[in-house]
Amino acid sequence: MTRSHDDHDHSHPHAEISDDHPGYYDIMETAVRELLVAKKLIGADEIRRQIEVLDSRTPALGARVVARAWTDPAFKARLLANGRAGCEELGISFYDDTQLIVIENTDKVHNLIVCTLCSCYPRPVLGLPPDWYKAKPYRARAVVEPRKVLAEFGTIIPDDVDVRVHDSTAMVRYLVLPRRPEGTEQYDEEQLAALVTRDTMIGVVPVGAPASVDVVRTAP
Amino acid sequence: MEGKVAKPVETLPGLVFALDEKPIFKPGDRVRVATRKPIGHYRVPIYLRGKTGAVEKVIEPIAVDNEEEGYGRNAGSKRHYYRVAFPMTEIWPAYAGSPRDGLYIEIFESWLERTDS
Repeated sequence: MTRSHDDHDHSHPHAEISDDHPGYYDIMETAVRELLVAKKLIGADEIRRQIEVLDSRTPALGARVVARAWTDPAFKARLLANGRAGCEELGISFYDDTQLIVIENTDKVHNLIVCTLCSCYPRPVLGLPPDWYKAKPYRARAVVEPRKVLAEFGTIIPDDVDVRVHDSTAMVRYLVLPRRPEGTEQYDEEQLAALVTRDTMIGVVPVGAPASVDVVRTAP
Repeated sequence: MEGKVAKPVETLPGLVFALDEKPIFKPGDRVRVATRKPIGHYRVPIYLRGKTGAVEKVIEPIAVDNEEEGYGRNAGSKRHYYRVAFPMTEIWPAYAGSPRDGLYIEIFESWLERTDS
């Protein structure tokens, strides 16, 4: 805390950008973690293992689920009936009791996911949420003016398409099944999965149409 | 919880269910969110208190109230969560957008009151 702030040429106040001085919650987390380990309630290996579990979860998993649903109608039906069981079919484990509801975007309905209370997110299939998802402006505005929020992501929803906002605050997590873009009829599952990004499964953007160069390259 | 929800095959005649074992609301029921103001950990957002919606889905199986779970009370009485749909115009009278736009959320049974309005 004693480091001078005068060693660079601006004077506005801000929190020091440094790893040297942990914040209040950093200190609390460290204290609780060390206490739990000292009292042998959990071990350091268990903590490290859980971090590894979370680090192994990325949007690529969700993209596989979406691509399978696009190419296998029977799987899609099972996935929409029970999201968790559908993901587990593809080998994606859920490491806790959380259930998953998969909601399908159609030409009539556009779905958007938010957690107004904190950062509830389908972590087993998407990994950690992006910072904007946890930030108060998104959390507050997504439920009040979703169309405006979507427009800021570049997503204009026509008036004849219903917007459904899913506030995941209790025990279930949500995953959006985005619409399959046109021009991908010849794509296989792997090529389709490559088109599916994290944000499309939160519902803030549609899956982009493949670049024309891709179509040429993959045409039979 | 195994991630798979067992579907009841049929109701056996003479079988008596425990209180709270069966959902008290069914899809389509009109429900109002209670206006309680608990201090501490809660999961029902303030913007929905007192608002009226419709049950869209009963979430199976029954589960503990995660407002209680937040204090380490993770055993004992379980009830259903319900997926409830609210028109945006019910929540925000000045809502800008389609009148068919909606808000979907899961709510623990003890927060919901039956209503005809």
